[in-house]
Amino acid sequence: MKKIENAAQLDAYRKQCAAERDPDRAMIAVCTGTGCQAHGCDNVVEGLKQELVNAGLGDKVELKTTGCHGYCEKGPLAVVRPEGILYQRVKEKHLADIVNKTIAKGEVLDKLLFFDPATKERVKLEKDVPFYKLQERLVFGDNGYIDPTSIEDYLGIGGYQALEKVLTGMDAEKVVAEVEEAGLRGRGGGGFPTGRKWASAANVESEVKYVICNADEGDPGAYMDRSLLEGNPHAIVEGMMIGAFAIGATAGYVYVRNEYPQAVRNLQCALESARELGLLGENILGSGFNFDIHISKGGGAFVCGESSALIASIEGEVGEPRAKHIHMAESGLLGKPTVLNNVETWANVPLIINRGAVWYKGLGTEKSSGTKIFSLVGKVKNTGLVEVPMGISLRQIIFAIGGGIPKNRAFKAVQTGGPSGGCIPAEHLDMPVDFDALTELGSMMGSGGMIVMDDQTCMVDVAKYFVGFLKGESCGKCTTCREGLQRMYEILDKITLGTGTMADLELLEEMAPVIQQASMCGLGKTAPNPVLSTLRYFRDEYLAHINDKKCPAGVCKALTSDTQA
Amino acid sequence: MSAENISSEVAALYDNNPANLIAMLQEIQSRNKNHYLPRPELEALADCLKIAVAKVYRIATFFKAFNLEPKGEHMVCLCVGTACHVRGADKILTALEGELGIADGGTTDDLKFSIETVNCVGACALGPVAVIDGDYFGELDGEKLPEILNRFR
Repeated sequence: MKKIENAAQLDAYRKQCAAERDPDRAMIAVCTGTGCQAHGCDNVVEGLKQELVNAGLGDKVELKTTGCHGYCEKGPLAVVRPEGILYQRVKEKHLADIVNKTIAKGEVLDKLLFFDPATKERVKLEKDVPFYKLQERLVFGDNGYIDPTSIEDYLGIGGYQALEKVLTGMDAEKVVAEVEEAGLRGRGGGGFPTGRKWASAANVESEVKYVICNADEGDPGAYMDRSLLEGNPHAIVEGMMIGAFAIGATAGYVYVRNEYPQAVRNLQCALESARELGLLGENILGSGFNFDIHISKGGGAFVCGESSALIASIEGEVGEPRAKHIHMAESGLLGKPTVLNNVETWANVPLIINRGAVWYKGLGTEKSSGTKIFSLVGKVKNTGLVEVPMGISLRQIIFAIGGGIPKNRAFKAVQTGGPSGGCIPAEHLDMPVDFDALTELGSMMGSGGMIVMDDQTCMVDVAKYFVGFLKGESCGKCTTCREGLQRMYEILDKITLGTGTMADLELLEEMAPVIQQASMCGLGKTAPNPVLSTLRYFRDEYLAHINDKKCPAGVCKALTSDTQA
Repeated sequence: MSAENISSEVAALYDNNPANLIAMLQEIQSRNKNHYLPRPELEALADCLKIAVAKVYRIATFFKAFNLEPKGEHMVCLCVGTACHVRGADKILTALEGELGIADGGTTDDLKFSIETVNCVGACALGPVAVIDGDYFGELDGEKLPEILNRFR
């Protein structure tokens, strides 16, 4: 393929790619996200390939290996298109039937369909399965239709249209204004208005500026960024290009966890194919805009998700945060103006440019527009990634989409916001989920982890777990974080061993604000949240451990009856 | 290949630029069959880049991904992320430690196995889950464990 030199050529090539994707052609889309890989999807892909050849359908039916579809609980997943039949828990023994019955004769295999426990009926189509029905998969939905290693697939569904629009008809200020008006807020946790961030960097005079994609997804129980990078890397690349154009940057970095090998591979491949087509490099689409993206692989430090620590790490230094009195918009990477956004934030950008700020603003709530991808995990029936409009209630996410608690046990809490988020109890299940409502409840949006807990989860143990995690990940620069978390952990440990006292509770409450106020970066500032939110909503459990020497959930070994006897 | 050769080759791969130190250390460790950074290689790397050995160690000790001691041939990475934690990962850890006779972070004397607890491998639907040599083993319980380990023995 020769380089694309202008918008007309891109348009023509996009049309050609779209024409090759005949929507009526039979296709089996197999999810090969990490979740399905763990379920053994590689064998499914190989087996299907063989079965298609055996049936003489090798060139008539397209076998598409896609990124994550989100419904990890039921993997390996295969969707038969154009009908959109969802087959779940597909094993090697089913493959011959999928090809010889469904593909060849149109017979649906009942046993592989989703069984809805509410209606006691099998559901044939992917779009009718309750898990998907209530979602609004604007950012994540394309994952199920494209091969992430094919730029032609991305172009075929309208990819790089937003870039083209920006480079041919919008000036930089207009792009910033559009994103600002859309009300897009940072999806990595902070919820800072993206447009405002861009505007401050755009206003600084500098020949060299940078954009960075934060893909150092470290929150345990959250994997939406990885699934986007693995499943639709070009959407992120396109978003970064638009951001770079808007602020006047010539280089970008994606800082990605080394523990995500497939994400790194697919991103690498996306960058190479974009360069080959001339979509990255010099004079993109003949507009005079020069831009390229580099990958920087992380060294496995949670604190590097913090922007200044991340930048230090890209520069080859240890990932210690620095004070934020100098804004990154003025002096970020290598001392140059820098805009750093999270993976999901970047992936929202092409959508806003393509469909307009007014449309985007109409999604979600007044102050949190758009959708958010959550990773719904823990004690929930339908584990997976869900994309919902902001403002949907926790109850809808956990019960209508998530299917409720396994074995119909009682819901106790949902933990949102990663290690420094908080636990929200049943009484607030009807709260609308957006940036501000979650903060009000003593938790936060964070990157979008949602860990569901049932009555067999001990909240003191959960608090201890998170403090233990953060204690291990503290970089050690601020004494309050380094020493304070250690002491908090020791106290929580004491309580779970049954030797805690009421004075310990007071001490926890006294230490929390000190750690919050005297630590420099977000890690320390929010680290006491899990303790404070469990104390706020589940004080009874702490008291049971201290006064009655009992762990109501039966988790803390020292306090359960069988070890006491 | 001698330490000098490995280090100079890796350094050249990254333009001998100290800003790429983390990537160089990742590369050196990934080439080592015991998944660690031997001291001679770190010293040789510092030489190549014309920086102090202490600077190399500062990075190698800060980031969790780097090991300064030899690890087992098979890395048993047990996920202790939140989703696995609430599904009982700590019980699996106890069972795993008992089965291999080493503690979390330890390596068996024959350099066959190492145990490492990791925070979320993003396969939460399968929790509790372990990753051994890149393969995922999900819905673990104390009974499944010995059989799985035997495949690597």
